[in-house]
Amino acid sequence: MLVFIARRLLLLPVVFIGVTVALQLLMQLLTPYQRAAAYVQSEQQMNRLDEIIRLYRLDDPWYLQYGRWLNQVLHGNLGYSRMSRQPVMQTIADRFPATLELALFAIVPVIGVGIWLGTAAALNRDRFIDQVTRVMSIIGWSLPTFVLGIWLLVIFYGWLGWLQPGRVSVRYLTELAGNPEFRHYTRMLTVDALLNGRWDIFVDAVKHLILPVITLSVVQSAQIMRVMRSSLLDALGQDYVRTAKAKGLPQRVVTRKHARRNALIPVITLAGFVLIGLINGVVITETIFNFPGLGQWAAQAATNLDYAAVLGFAVFTAIMVVLANLLVDVLYGIVDPRIRYA
Amino acid sequence: MAEAELTDTVAAALTRRSERREGFWRSKAVLRFRRNPLAIVGLVVVVGFVLLAVFAPLFTELGRSCLRDLGLTASTQYDYRNPAKPAFWRAVFAPPSTCYQIPRQGFGTQPRSAEASGTLLGTTSGGYDIFYGLVWGTRTAFRIGVIVVGISLLVGIVLGSLSGYVGGVFDNIAMRFTDVVISLPNLVVALVIVLVLGKSIENLMLAIAMVSWPSYARLMRGEVLRVKEQDYVASAIALGRRPLGVIFRHVLPNAIGPLIIVASLDIGSVVLTAAALSFLGLGAEVGYADWGQMISFARDWILGTPGNPLAYWYVSFWPGLIIVLFVLGWNLLGDAFRDVLDPRSV
Repeated sequence: MLVFIARRLLLLPVVFIGVTVALQLLMQLLTPYQRAAAYVQSEQQMNRLDEIIRLYRLDDPWYLQYGRWLNQVLHGNLGYSRMSRQPVMQTIADRFPATLELALFAIVPVIGVGIWLGTAAALNRDRFIDQVTRVMSIIGWSLPTFVLGIWLLVIFYGWLGWLQPGRVSVRYLTELAGNPEFRHYTRMLTVDALLNGRWDIFVDAVKHLILPVITLSVVQSAQIMRVMRSSLLDALGQDYVRTAKAKGLPQRVVTRKHARRNALIPVITLAGFVLIGLINGVVITETIFNFPGLGQWAAQAATNLDYAAVLGFAVFTAIMVVLANLLVDVLYGIVDPRIRYA
Repeated sequence: MAEAELTDTVAAALTRRSERREGFWRSKAVLRFRRNPLAIVGLVVVVGFVLLAVFAPLFTELGRSCLRDLGLTASTQYDYRNPAKPAFWRAVFAPPSTCYQIPRQGFGTQPRSAEASGTLLGTTSGGYDIFYGLVWGTRTAFRIGVIVVGISLLVGIVLGSLSGYVGGVFDNIAMRFTDVVISLPNLVVALVIVLVLGKSIENLMLAIAMVSWPSYARLMRGEVLRVKEQDYVASAIALGRRPLGVIFRHVLPNAIGPLIIVASLDIGSVVLTAAALSFLGLGAEVGYADWGQMISFARDWILGTPGNPLAYWYVSFWPGLIIVLFVLGWNLLGDAFRDVLDPRSV
């Protein structure tokens, strides 16, 4: 197992270098002035781009620039965002908790609903539940985030007025900014509200999370559900399930311990794709719901031609994806012992 | 006598042909497809969209600048609906770019309903005709889908077949590069590419192509590795064919089949990615018939007027419905194909 993890860890820098080289090559398509923004650290420096270009020798061949840029990135300097008027790293640190919170809440229905409904469908194959979930998954799978989000907003905000866009109600917004008693432990609002014993803020924050979470998770849940169903059907037809039944084990034990465990393996493989789907979805979902996370910021930065911000966001997501894939691989190795020898 | 012989041969050939055709319709895969009602629904929806795209000029009232560029004047303005006139064929197969500009019904900042604006589905802010935008947007969608899939297919085939056929260090480097690209969220990468290249519909297509080739390269490599081991390839090499000849005459034609099917089914998801980018404001300029843009108009009209909360429902409903229908049709079709092609699934 350790050898397996070590091997995967060795791949990490390879992927990181691949991603950063690709980004650097893309950056070469920009003018030196546009590129310079990725090196700047403050507002004053933005007015002295010529000096920056000379200082960092941005007219050099790309591989020399790559070395220096990588050095900066590794030191945590991703440049200065014109749009948010602060270093990119600072904005990421400010906004990432909101995005993480949204993603964590979205994973619950993705895994819960996906696996639970998928299991129910497989166990009741061709019966009513199976047909209903099949129709649900086909519809859910075909609802793009930007359509579903808009529709939910029109219905629940515009029409019924039950839920609002944003992260928290306006009346709490001022309090959160000004009240020194409210401590931001994690910067994830729901968690902080609970730690501060503010039940009202917690409820408010959760209410604001409902629509984005639904928007974000429907497509992924539908996909997990389909994979879970077919994978469990496959497992139920295996010899070891028949053996377990022949031994006289109760049906519950057979499905839970023998069939479902093995059926989960392909689902874990999907986890990487779910993560990618979530990151894609976060950009659109946050934009629709005016949710102050990384995705909304990246989308705005792209339309405002804030190069440093978008490049910084790309580097950050690349690192996140690589780390998450590593985690998935390790998890995979734990669940399926055969992987070790592969 | 000779004549009778000839007719006999022709008749025999015709029966053979019809038998073969019957063989196709009765083949296991097609039968399975035909028995699946959802697959038929998917096929009907997709074909419907194709027809809508091709015959967009017939369904819509063309705008003034489009008519001008088609060479039509006030007296001949409906010639584009008459198949006997050249304007019809030009509008269908090579419409001037101005035809993709959505005609405006007034320039008011507020959307207007179908009744108020005299259009079929209403107008968005700025007076853009929703129906026109959606119908010509179908054309844009297919254009993006076909071009993007075409480019990425080409890249995937070249890189994948080289990788599979040459092997060794080249294979290793190419596949690691593929791993890197495939593991990144495509929307984020496309965001960076569009940003760097500049905002336009061509760059949008290029950006999506640049993130969607890796899966084809992988598939192609696998297929080439499989085909390479076949006896006919070994015999071609033994007969002294040059490597390129082997690749083009023997390996490619036998490896390319599954790739074409997978790629054509990807058109749906490519269109979706393009619409998402365009929704974020990274697609065509305002007023260009494009689904992503049509639905992004809705973002400003979530709230209705006092007393009528759903006053602007049509701005978000119709574009959303069209996109969902399109994705649905494509998903159903793709699903059915996967069922048919994968003999393991029942």
